[in-house]
Amino acid sequence: MKFLRTLRSSPKAMAGVAILAIFTFLAIFPGVVAPDNPSAEIFQPGLGPSTGHLFGTTSYGQDIFSQFVWGTRVSLVIAIVAGLLATILSVLVGVTAAYIGGIADSLLSLVTDIFLVIPAFPLVIVIASYSKNGGIAIIIAVLVITGWSYGARQLRAQALSLRNRDFLIAAQLRGERRWRIIVSEILPMMTSLIVANFLGAAVYSVLAAAGLQFVGLGSVTTQSWGTMLYWAQNNEALEAGIPLWAIAPGLGIALLGGAFALLNYAFDEVSNPALRPVRSKRRVRAKARNRGGLPRPLPRRTGSPAA
Amino acid sequence: MSYIAKRLGFFFVTLWAAMTINFFLPRLMPGNPAIAMMARFHGRLSGQSLHAMEVAFGVNSSTGIVAQYLSYIANSFTGHFGTSLTFFPTTVASVVVQALPWTVGLVGVTTVIAFIIGTLIGIVSAWRRGGKFDSVLPPVFIMLSAFPYFFVGLMAIWLFAVKFQLLPAGSGYTDGMSIQFTWTFIANMLEHAVLPGLTIVITSIGGWILTMRNNMITTLSEDYIRMARAKGLAPWRIMLDYAGRNAILPNLSGFGMSLGFVVSGAILVEYVFSYPGVGYLLLQAVLNEDYPLMQTLFLLITVAVLVAILVVDAVTLFLDPRTRSAT
Repeated sequence: MKFLRTLRSSPKAMAGVAILAIFTFLAIFPGVVAPDNPSAEIFQPGLGPSTGHLFGTTSYGQDIFSQFVWGTRVSLVIAIVAGLLATILSVLVGVTAAYIGGIADSLLSLVTDIFLVIPAFPLVIVIASYSKNGGIAIIIAVLVITGWSYGARQLRAQALSLRNRDFLIAAQLRGERRWRIIVSEILPMMTSLIVANFLGAAVYSVLAAAGLQFVGLGSVTTQSWGTMLYWAQNNEALEAGIPLWAIAPGLGIALLGGAFALLNYAFDEVSNPALRPVRSKRRVRAKARNRGGLPRPLPRRTGSPAA
Repeated sequence: MSYIAKRLGFFFVTLWAAMTINFFLPRLMPGNPAIAMMARFHGRLSGQSLHAMEVAFGVNSSTGIVAQYLSYIANSFTGHFGTSLTFFPTTVASVVVQALPWTVGLVGVTTVIAFIIGTLIGIVSAWRRGGKFDSVLPPVFIMLSAFPYFFVGLMAIWLFAVKFQLLPAGSGYTDGMSIQFTWTFIANMLEHAVLPGLTIVITSIGGWILTMRNNMITTLSEDYIRMARAKGLAPWRIMLDYAGRNAILPNLSGFGMSLGFVVSGAILVEYVFSYPGVGYLLLQAVLNEDYPLMQTLFLLITVAVLVAILVVDAVTLFLDPRTRSAT
């Protein structure tokens, strides 16, 4: 649990956790915070922010604050589900390739490299455009297809470096079955990289899904931040004096992506101590330097003491 | 030698994979979406280009799927991509050729700028680690890189084009101007490039800062840095010549790769600013169900990345002797 303690001492990680906690609450209980129906076109269109409508209303007379709150769910679900599935796929491909080796490894690595190189977002757009308005399931599938390869490559590299460790050879000699060795011996050793991969995949999913919905390639009737941006852009919200229609969902996406990214950087620092923020020890030395440079070599006995 | 052969092999295998994706995707989707598109084409096209598209999408074709596949690949290599539906009757190839310079100009230049500024900030912040510079700039830019490109673009439009009306909100040049090589036109073009360019630089700088700073921190603990300090060299010389020069090596290949992603890198920025480049064209093709144009752009984008990777491999081979003996 040293891991958790280190995480707790990192302000970056705590900020990420706090943002995620708030969004999770909004996603589960949107009705508590915003009782208005987000899609009902019942208010006066184009209102500015007020106590009745915290963020104002859209050109269709919908409450922007409710749209924002209710949109949290889809964005968060896409991020977590697509992130998880992509990570599972990377673990399957990466660890299998490393552990089995031989031709299987060469083939799996080749497939990984190909998917790594084919530009993800254009591929996302192309697939989504063939499957007209397929909704959330299609978006998640597309994000998983394009988002797993980076993790698979990293995990393969780490699994390769683990392959010849003594405890694995011991497990083999004990006669453990292969999948058991992978699940209970190798995977626990790779937890931190797997978590980091999940966070990276989640950031990618948040941004890519939002982009896809923004251009109208998701279903334009779902309640999500990307869809809000789509309608805001179609009604020229910025020019029409309803900037919050675009700003609110945009900030939501940025905060959600940022929360995952912050956690990822914090993880980076935990797993690579060299990158941790410098603390008092360094400051002391810096002060010493300001006072007159690094400690000078001692004066030679042979020279004059005054030098 | 075998290293080069291996990389060339990868180039062609991936190119083939991208073509295969292009070929099979419309056929895998329920109720082949290309059929509706071809119906709209009906009667307007004839001869070779109609045949090329029927083969590419598997519509009205009596030939078997293997034969279709082979002739599709042959058509791709000979540049027969068919006719664009959006810009009918212009061929896909000439539509693409018109859009390419805009993207390469905008995204290419901004990628280079972001790389240079980001690397410098990374070097300095690692050098003055824990100082004021280091605790302000890197976190700010890393936060900004979590923002979606298109959202930063929207905010830039709102601030600079709508509120203060300093700069144009979109397009590559003022409507109605003819594209020519005069100062007026170039000034107009640059004015239109400021906002999208700024958007790309602001959002992409964070990544370069982060990697450069990390590399620098590792490099700064090397013995030869201590040696340089002991020799009493000027600090800026140690920072740039000793640490920076070595720390930048891993980033150079990343930079090369990102040049390959220039063509596809800023699709949404181009979309937000209606910038007449490849990304905007791709989305136009998608929204108009102009599949021939879409397929070609996807292929072009992939080829750009593949070429960049080949070049990076060759340059690495030249710069870093360790790769030469690796095979």
